[in-house]
Amino acid sequence: MAVLVFADHDNASLKDSTHKTVTAALALSGDVDVLVAGKGAGDVAKAAAGIAGVRKVLHAESDALGQGLAEAIASLVTPLMAGYDALLTPATSLGKSFSPRVAAKLDVAQITEVVEVVDGSTFVRPIYAGNALETVKSSDAKKVITVRATNFKAAGEGGSAAIETIEAGPGPGKTTFVDQQIVKSARPELAAAKIVVSGGRAMGSAEEFQRVIEPLADKLGAAVGASRAAVDAGYAPNDYQVGQTGKVVAPELYVAIGISGAIQHLAGMKDSKVIVAINKDGDAPIFQVADLGLVADYKSAVPELMDALAAAGK
Amino acid sequence: MKVLVPVKRVIDYNVKVRVKADQTGVDLANVKMAMNPFCEIAVEEAVRQKEKGAVTEVVAVSIGPAQAQETLRTALAMGADRAILIQTDQDLEPLAVAKVLAAVIAEEAPGAVIMGKQAIDGDNNATGQMLSALLDWPQAAFASEIVLSADSAKVTREIDGGLQTVDVALPAVITADLRLNEPRYASLPNIMKAKKKPLDVKELSALGVDTAPRLTVVKVAEPPKRSGGVKVESAADIVSNLKTNGVI
Repeated sequence: MAVLVFADHDNASLKDSTHKTVTAALALSGDVDVLVAGKGAGDVAKAAAGIAGVRKVLHAESDALGQGLAEAIASLVTPLMAGYDALLTPATSLGKSFSPRVAAKLDVAQITEVVEVVDGSTFVRPIYAGNALETVKSSDAKKVITVRATNFKAAGEGGSAAIETIEAGPGPGKTTFVDQQIVKSARPELAAAKIVVSGGRAMGSAEEFQRVIEPLADKLGAAVGASRAAVDAGYAPNDYQVGQTGKVVAPELYVAIGISGAIQHLAGMKDSKVIVAINKDGDAPIFQVADLGLVADYKSAVPELMDALAAAGK
Repeated sequence: MKVLVPVKRVIDYNVKVRVKADQTGVDLANVKMAMNPFCEIAVEEAVRQKEKGAVTEVVAVSIGPAQAQETLRTALAMGADRAILIQTDQDLEPLAVAKVLAAVIAEEAPGAVIMGKQAIDGDNNATGQMLSALLDWPQAAFASEIVLSADSAKVTREIDGGLQTVDVALPAVITADLRLNEPRYASLPNIMKAKKKPLDVKELSALGVDTAPRLTVVKVAEPPKRSGGVKVESAADIVSNLKTNGVI
C-alpha cells in the first residue's frame, strides 16, 4: 500500500499540519510520498523531503497551484492516484475544497476530518460538531481522507527523501484567480499556536475585541481566536473562528474570554491541554471544560490578568 | 437565470444530540428537525439574488424522507419558487447525494447551484465540491460574497488566513459560508403562500442513480468527557497556577 500526503504550505514554508498528516499516513503504510503543489515552493519541497519517514517528494509548479485553486489541484492529484492506495490531506480550507473533487473523480467516498486511524480501512471521525465520534469502514479500493491534524503528533525531521519534479496538470479550467487578501500578522498562526486567546460575543464590538483580546494575546505571544458568535456579530474576522465550522485547535494553553462555550465552539478547542475561562456567568458551559475558571466580568478581569502577567515577568 | 438550491433536513442546531446506547447512531426519535443552517444561508442568497434581478427562478431540492417536505416548505416560505423532493428513507453519503443532484441538474439545467458548505449532522463538507467535479463545472467553495452576471460569478471565498476572490464561468457550484448573509425569518403570509407553491415528489429509485453506501458505520460513540477543573478567585490566581504548572 502506498500513500500520498498533500503538503500544507504557503509557497514559502511548510506547515506543521503536513508533519502531523504524515504521522497519520505512516499508520497506514511505510510507503509515504508527499506532494508539494505550489508556485516558487522549492524550499517547501526541501522541507518536506526532510520529514522522517517520507519516501519521496513530488513537486509540481504553476500559478494556479500556487493560488490554491481547487480545480487545478484536483486535476493534478487525480491521475497521480493511479499509483497510490490512499490520499491524505490536512483538513485546511484548501484541503476541504479540493479533496472531495478527487474522491468524486475516483468514484470513492471521502472520509472527512479523520481523528484516528484504526486500520487500513477503518477510521474515526467527529460528527454533529464533535458531539459524537463515528467509526467507519471503507469498502472503496482507494481511500480519500482529510485529516484533523491536531489529533496527530508531528512526524520528526531527519529524513532525506528524493525530490521528483512533475508536470503541473491541466490547470484550473473555467475558474480564474482574481485576488487574495491574507491578513498579515506578527502573531503565530491560529492552528499551530502554542497559546490561543479567544474572545466571544461578550466583547460587544469589533473595537472592544481588539482593545481587550489582542493586547492579551500579544503579552502571551499567542494567536487570536474567536467564537462563532463573535464572528457572526462581525467582531472578528472569519478566519479567527474556533469551532466545528472554523478552526480546530489544540494548543498548550487556551484562554477563553467572554465565551459561553456553545457545543460548536467546544468542538474546536476541547483538546487543548490547559483551558482557562473568564466569564461573568458562573453557569456558562465553558466552565465544564475549563481547568481554571474565573467568574468575573472580563472588563475588570482582563486588566488584572495583564497586571498579574506583567508582575510574573511576562 | 435559474438557480438550484439543495437543502437538507437535519437535527435542529439548538438540540443536544444523544448517542444511542447501542452505539448504532444518534437518537433521532422525537427530536426537533430543521433546515441545515448553511442551507438556509444558501436559500437566502438565491432569494436575494432574485430580488436583485440577477436570478429569475429559485428551485429548492431536497433528498430525504417524506418529512423533508417541511424543509422544502420553509425554503418556499423564504422565497424559493418551487421545490422538488427526491424521496428516500435511505441515508445517503455525500457522493450519492452529489450523483442524485447531478441527475436532477440534467433535467433542470440551472445556471448555478448555490448550496451550504456542509451539513451539521455528518459535517462532511464535501457534497458541493463532489457535484462540481461530477459535472465538470467550476466551483467556488466557502463563499462570503457572490456577484452574479450573465455568464460568470465573482465569488469572494473564506480561506485560511484571509479572503480569496475567484471568477467562475457559469454554470458553477457555489457553496455558502457563514458570513454570506443572515437568513430571514419567513413571515406568516409567506408561510401561507408557500403552501400553494408547487412541490414535486419523485422516488429516488426512479432516477436510476447508484447510491450504494461506500462506508459502513462500525459504531457511533460519545466523545471522551473532559472534566471541569477548579474555579479561582482572581486573575492573579490564574497566573500563579499557570506558572506553578509550567504552562507559561
